[in-house]
Amino acid sequence: MLSFGVVVFPGSNCDQDCFHVTSTVLGAPTRYIWHESQDLSGLDCVILPGGFSYGDYLRTGAIARFSPVMAAVARFAQAGGLVIGICNGFQILLEAGLLPGAMLRNVGQQFICRYVYLRTEAVDTPFTNRLQPGQVVRIPIAHGEGNYYADADTLSQLEANRQVVFRYCEADGRVTPAANPNGSVANIAGICNRERNVLGMMPHPERCSEPLLGSADGRLIFDSILARMAQ
Amino acid sequence: MKFKAAVIVSLKPTVLDAQGETVRAGLHRLGYTGVDAARVGKYIELSLEAPDQAQAQAQVERMCADLLANPIIEDYSVQISGQP
Repeated sequence: MLSFGVVVFPGSNCDQDCFHVTSTVLGAPTRYIWHESQDLSGLDCVILPGGFSYGDYLRTGAIARFSPVMAAVARFAQAGGLVIGICNGFQILLEAGLLPGAMLRNVGQQFICRYVYLRTEAVDTPFTNRLQPGQVVRIPIAHGEGNYYADADTLSQLEANRQVVFRYCEADGRVTPAANPNGSVANIAGICNRERNVLGMMPHPERCSEPLLGSADGRLIFDSILARMAQ
Repeated sequence: MKFKAAVIVSLKPTVLDAQGETVRAGLHRLGYTGVDAARVGKYIELSLEAPDQAQAQAQVERMCADLLANPIIEDYSVQISGQP
């Protein structure tokens, strides 16, 4: 059976939501990985959950990237293991250099907690193979520093390698400045690495993986991971 | 020898500083309309042991590159002084 690991940093607060989705909703074996552990044995997918690791001190994700578990996560990713960083997890992946770019404070300075629409830009990833090209999904965000930044060279490489996985959009899929909640360059909400086995995204799929919660669109991402791992 | 390091970390000029922009707008509301720009950065003070000032400077610059600043979006400056 395929199994998930959910990393717990001091200050993580979406770890239990992720654990609930993979263990109870998907029915997959799941275990917590304390940030001081380096034991990822037997895992197929590692989740870096949302929250405020180390109180967001200095910069979001800046201290968490030096946790012992992150060296193991880097090796795991290099060996082809699946890694998904959600919100603070995405910020940690950026600080760790496992994904390119950096995160700035939201334009407008506000912490934003609401549903947004995302357009699926790449379906040839282990995280989106159950989605259609251009499919619009409704997934909530909750962050103060989700303004994704990459310089012009990095951005053109991301586009050329089709590493942009999700963009903020209108309900009908149009990518407009008005649909951009935080000022992210090119409306970017999620990117993957060149090898496509590491995904970072600001929206929270684990908060919308059951119809009872108002949207089950997030489940498509977890189902994609299961489908990929089952191959 | 003991040294004191004063580190200033600031967003690169090419990066939009939403916080600085909010501060500028706040100052304008208070009537300080002559302010045409504001940038908000971080000040970090370190006390450290090093053989001499040049090595203290080099050490702290490495700390900036490793942790204190994110070179993708931030610049830093380091000022070392002796500690009595």
